[in-house]
Amino acid sequence: MTFFYILTVLALVLSLAFDRNKSWQALQVALKRFLQILPDLLLMTVLVAVVLYLLPQSTIAFYLGKYNLLFSSIVAAILGSVTLMPGFIAYPLCGLLAKQGVPYLVLGIFSTTLMMVGVVTFPLEQRYFGTKVALIRNLVSLLIALIVGLGIGIFFGEI
Amino acid sequence: MKQTTKPTKSQTKNELAIAIVLMIITVIVGIALPSVRGRMAQSAWSVAREMLFILPAVLVLMGLFAVWVSGETVNKYLGHTSGVRGVLLALFFGALPTGPLYIAFPLAAGLAQKGVRTSNIVIFLTAWACIKIPQELVEWQFLGARFMLARLILTITAAIIIGSILEQVFSSKILKSKKNEE
Repeated sequence: MTFFYILTVLALVLSLAFDRNKSWQALQVALKRFLQILPDLLLMTVLVAVVLYLLPQSTIAFYLGKYNLLFSSIVAAILGSVTLMPGFIAYPLCGLLAKQGVPYLVLGIFSTTLMMVGVVTFPLEQRYFGTKVALIRNLVSLLIALIVGLGIGIFFGEI
Repeated sequence: MKQTTKPTKSQTKNELAIAIVLMIITVIVGIALPSVRGRMAQSAWSVAREMLFILPAVLVLMGLFAVWVSGETVNKYLGHTSGVRGVLLALFFGALPTGPLYIAFPLAAGLAQKGVRTSNIVIFLTAWACIKIPQELVEWQFLGARFMLARLILTITAAIIIGSILEQVFSSKILKSKKNEE
């Protein structure tokens, strides 16, 4: 996060030094885009709040470790797709689950769908790329996440 | 852009209305069910805080990018003739920063508008989503080097595959509409 601020401040200072008019234009573009995505951001905040409420970490942990490999994989894909979690929370959770005996295959699917497939971010993605692109990107990502999980499973000798 | 209709002002207003209605419902639920309130407010706040913190910087950066960087430059490095170097650059740009995927969408749209080829846009998005340099270290720590490396190799391959698939399907028509971004 700090990375962005350092980069932005540097870029803005440079821009101001070269051309004040262009810098002003850039800020106007920024404001305009903010207003464009504001509705989707609000929608997303509400969706995330509801999803995180319905699926706290303890629930996820419970369901991932409960069933056989095939069923756990399906559950992992669904949970990973609908929840939104930053990596620094997701990996410790996965690490804990691995210690509890959840197969790496399942964790691979869970962590990859978590990051690549976004149900709650769908409105925002759709806003920029349209329904078709967003849908196909998410579906292909889901498929790939399953393959990644399978690959990890093979790598660890779980299948 | 024939496959999708251009979003109009009224559509934006509709979406805003839906978001506001949902927020009101959530607040009512929160008031009616005190047991739900705390955790829901907490998760909403964590998302809102993250967004408010990172968004201004990203937006200003996007604005500067739109004003200063010419289409030709972008095209040269990430356009249709950029080849392997373009792919590597897209992977690198995606993997470098940390931030949630939802802020990558506007960034990617800005890149697409400047003439970055579809496959590189999708590679950028995928890399942003699941190949984070700082995150790989966390993954290593909690799940081990073997898991991290296996996932890294598989996801880099996946990013390139997803990119090619979406480019095949949509060629250069990946953006919803040009008007939307201006």
